[in-house]
Amino acid sequence: MIRVVLPHHLQTLAQVSKEVQLQVEGPATLGSVLDALEARYPVLRGTIRDLVTQQRRPFLRFFACGQDLSLEPPDTPLPEAVAAGAQPFRVVGAMAGG
Amino acid sequence: MNGVRVLVGTRKGAFILTSDAKREHWDISGPHFAGWEIYHMNGSPADPNRLYASQSTGWFGQLIQRSNDGGQTWAPVGNQFTYEGVPGTHQWYDGTQHPWEFKRVWRLEPSLTDPDTVYAGVEDAAMFRSTDSGQTWQELPGLRAVKGNLWQPGAGGMCLHTIILDPGDPQRIFVAISAAGAFRTDDGGQTWRAVNRGLVSPYELPDASAEVGHCVHNIAMHPSRPDVLFMQKHWDVMRSDDAGESWHEVSGNLPSDFGFPIAVHAHEPDTIYVVPIKSDSEHYPPDGKLRVYRSRTGGNEWEALTKGLPQRDCYVNVLRSALAVDSLDSCGVYFGTTGGQVYASADSGDSWMPIVRDFPAVLSVEVQTLP
Repeated sequence: MIRVVLPHHLQTLAQVSKEVQLQVEGPATLGSVLDALEARYPVLRGTIRDLVTQQRRPFLRFFACGQDLSLEPPDTPLPEAVAAGAQPFRVVGAMAGG
Repeated sequence: MNGVRVLVGTRKGAFILTSDAKREHWDISGPHFAGWEIYHMNGSPADPNRLYASQSTGWFGQLIQRSNDGGQTWAPVGNQFTYEGVPGTHQWYDGTQHPWEFKRVWRLEPSLTDPDTVYAGVEDAAMFRSTDSGQTWQELPGLRAVKGNLWQPGAGGMCLHTIILDPGDPQRIFVAISAAGAFRTDDGGQTWRAVNRGLVSPYELPDASAEVGHCVHNIAMHPSRPDVLFMQKHWDVMRSDDAGESWHEVSGNLPSDFGFPIAVHAHEPDTIYVVPIKSDSEHYPPDGKLRVYRSRTGGNEWEALTKGLPQRDCYVNVLRSALAVDSLDSCGVYFGTTGGQVYASADSGDSWMPIVRDFPAVLSVEVQTLP
């Protein structure tokens, strides 16, 4: 079971609490976790990755186990602790005021 | 209920203000979609309880929300806006060509007759249509074929912000784009042509009378007279008496002919409203006085409407989609400011009072007159 922590606005949108748990088929990669997240919560399609290009939206980052995975390709395996459910995969909104 | 429902989009959420026909006491609901920018909300003329809202942020992109109960509950619908074919390029700020990229929905215009059909005006400028109540969206690509390579963004982005459906001819639609101009289709959106003859933009364009490139801020029409259009351009208030074939200036005695919104009285087709702004460099009212100007002669002769509006130290702006009218017997006029006030007049603009004073910056105001 993969644990995913979402930023506030996406929690509200998906009507979930801060952390969701996902069953991911096959290896847990950046892409497969986001695919599973969007399949479980279709309202999140387009809010994390661009609907057409599938690129990460510019003001979001992906963190896990103290690492910034934002610039890694979609087939990047997530750390073992994330794949095992010991640590969460975090979708983080950039800090910005206003 | 005989009354009005005012749909207010702000930088930090949506609000719905309701009142009976007296328009003295208001119920305020919101913020809906708290923390998100609501560029526009609009109701279906065919089913007033069917509402659509454009919800976006720079972080999470674009969502479209739909309500079937007058805004009490909402559900997200389709948010995929994909340009038809190879999107191509348009002119960028520095004159180079730049690829078309979807950013947000500026305008939602439900069909006059079918609650499930709705048009969306988007940035980068294009027109989309949904016939399944917002679940899926298809572009009307013929619009961008009208010299789209010469369109360019204004300071707010390259946006299609105005959509006017002709009540007498379901095949005719007018749109306006900053900065490209006004366009018209006579075949339901398949083919379009620029309708900018008479517009003059000497400060913005190398060819002041170019076919496209003008920064049109807003257009308004009275439904009883669909060939007569009123336009607030970047500079100049303009009028067309032939469905956009030609335009002439009606700025007359306005203290400034720069501004964003324009509206027509619900029952008097020659009574129009604008909110003059000092200049394109200083987006606030001249002399710190918030004045709506009304012409009862279809332009040229304007009177300042000030009763109830701040007449000193006022430096707010009124954006292009933030002025609207109701159609009660005594026509109501409403506008929202970037300072978070929503003002209402129940007597055609003679006197005003604030419904609210402390909202986030107001992006759009629409009014539904309820049966």
